[in-house]
Amino acid sequence: MNKITEELLKEVADFKGSFEGAYNIREDGGCAGRQSTKNIQITSKEDLPGIDIHIAPGTKGETVYIPACVTHSKVDDLVYNDFFVGEGADVVIVAGCGVHSEGDDQARHNGIHRFFLKKGAHVVYKEKHLGTGKGKGLRRIDPVTDVYLEEDSVLEMDTVQLGGVDRTVRKTNGVVGARARLVVRERLMTDGDETARTDFDVTMEGEDSGVDLMSRSVAKGHSHQEFYSCIKGKARCTGHSECDAILSENGTVTAQPALEASHIDASLIHEAAIGKIAGEQILKLRTLGLTEQEAEARIVEGFLK
Amino acid sequence: MQNPVYRRKEANMLKIEHLAWSIPGGEEIIKDINFTADEGKLIVVTGPNGGGKTTLAKLIAGIECPSNGKIIFDGEDITSLDVTERAQKGIAYAFQQPVRFKGLTVRDLLELAAGGKLPEEKLCALLGQVGLCANEYIDREMNTSLSGGESKRIEIATVLAREAKLSIFDEPEAGIDLWSFSRLVETFQQLRSRGTGTLLVISHQERILSIADEIVVIADGRVRMVGPGKEVLPQLLADERAARCPLGKEELA
Repeated sequence: MNKITEELLKEVADFKGSFEGAYNIREDGGCAGRQSTKNIQITSKEDLPGIDIHIAPGTKGETVYIPACVTHSKVDDLVYNDFFVGEGADVVIVAGCGVHSEGDDQARHNGIHRFFLKKGAHVVYKEKHLGTGKGKGLRRIDPVTDVYLEEDSVLEMDTVQLGGVDRTVRKTNGVVGARARLVVRERLMTDGDETARTDFDVTMEGEDSGVDLMSRSVAKGHSHQEFYSCIKGKARCTGHSECDAILSENGTVTAQPALEASHIDASLIHEAAIGKIAGEQILKLRTLGLTEQEAEARIVEGFLK
Repeated sequence: MQNPVYRRKEANMLKIEHLAWSIPGGEEIIKDINFTADEGKLIVVTGPNGGGKTTLAKLIAGIECPSNGKIIFDGEDITSLDVTERAQKGIAYAFQQPVRFKGLTVRDLLELAAGGKLPEEKLCALLGQVGLCANEYIDREMNTSLSGGESKRIEIATVLAREAKLSIFDEPEAGIDLWSFSRLVETFQQLRSRGTGTLLVISHQERILSIADEIVVIADGRVRMVGPGKEVLPQLLADERAARCPLGKEELA
């Protein structure tokens, strides 16, 4: 593992010199370290770049780390990672991604992750993205997340990108079975000339299935964000999406949320708000002794916490 | 050898001199207001709606700038200082309509108000003073999931957390239930009994007026009446009865 990978891992995957339990570290398209455990087996794919992660039924309290780093320009890394989570398992999956570029060429990571959760499984999936380095080459991260939830399973996805990624297109697709739930929390901040596009497409097929999608973003500088979501209810189900964006300086945001109900008992709600920080919020914090700049920073920090 | 020179403690924590304010390009709301608030006292500002009470509070906190007059705080002319500077000098202001934040928790706001981390006991005590249980509220976001009464009480707690030289409360009773209101009146009494920090409360509530050291009646942008609570309150109550009773106050008396 090189120095840059080590630094990126500290930021995106809580790396403290080593990982405990199962892990696979991907560096510039290669493997920089792997460990399986009794309950979590990590194997290379034979037909495609990437790995299969098999989590045994009933596994409780384990964390799997599968971070990926691109440490220089002229790298276009494409990886397919599949997670097979056994019945009743309850685990945390940490999949941080960092791209670093000092050159004029692009550095890109494109991770295609598929999650197959068996009956009653529970996964907390943490995804943190970061771009570093001063090269002119674009830093790109284009993740695709496909989720298949069997009955009574729950996937909580926590995705964070707070800076340095010049271009990103983030696609999340899901099929939710009976009494299963998909919860997605996205936090995104763009600055400079960065662009970010988010696409959510989730179908609730099982009775009493549920989706809760919350996106909070801040667009600064001349950055641009696009948010598209489509929640489809094909059974008795509840779907909720909430998209809040704060504009700062010359940042721009497009939000196009969509709901599709094709069952009489599908209950779908969408809430969306785009705007600058409310003047009264800044004023309130100023009456507590903060300057205008401190107040703005604190509001953004809390919003994206 | 000379004795060290001690700064005389200002008896007047707040001195308002010929204060005036107009709606930009419009009506004069505050015409000529003069009064003083002594250190450690509870001053209640009352008067009819639209008389300029909230504007007066905003002028003192620096949220609005006067068109004329001076505001002297703890011996210093603060008329030209902005909101942040006045807050840093020790003025705290509780908004009549609490401000909501997505992402900032009750703990975040109380700690920002106090200027640093607060131990659980202190957080508990602050929320207890406004009739809230810390365990239920401390990690909740100050967003629209809180009721009007809950957010109002948290707003008041953010001002209590500041332990400021001058704390201004704009209609603290508005939107809170009777039980919480009783607790709040007790809190004002406790704060006053400490003798440190001046309280300026805008209120119409007789229970708050009844504990005032001084009452300032503002109407039509001017001070209509000012004096010790014991003297002003009976007159206000007599006026109120007279206004309601067709026989007039002479007959009632």
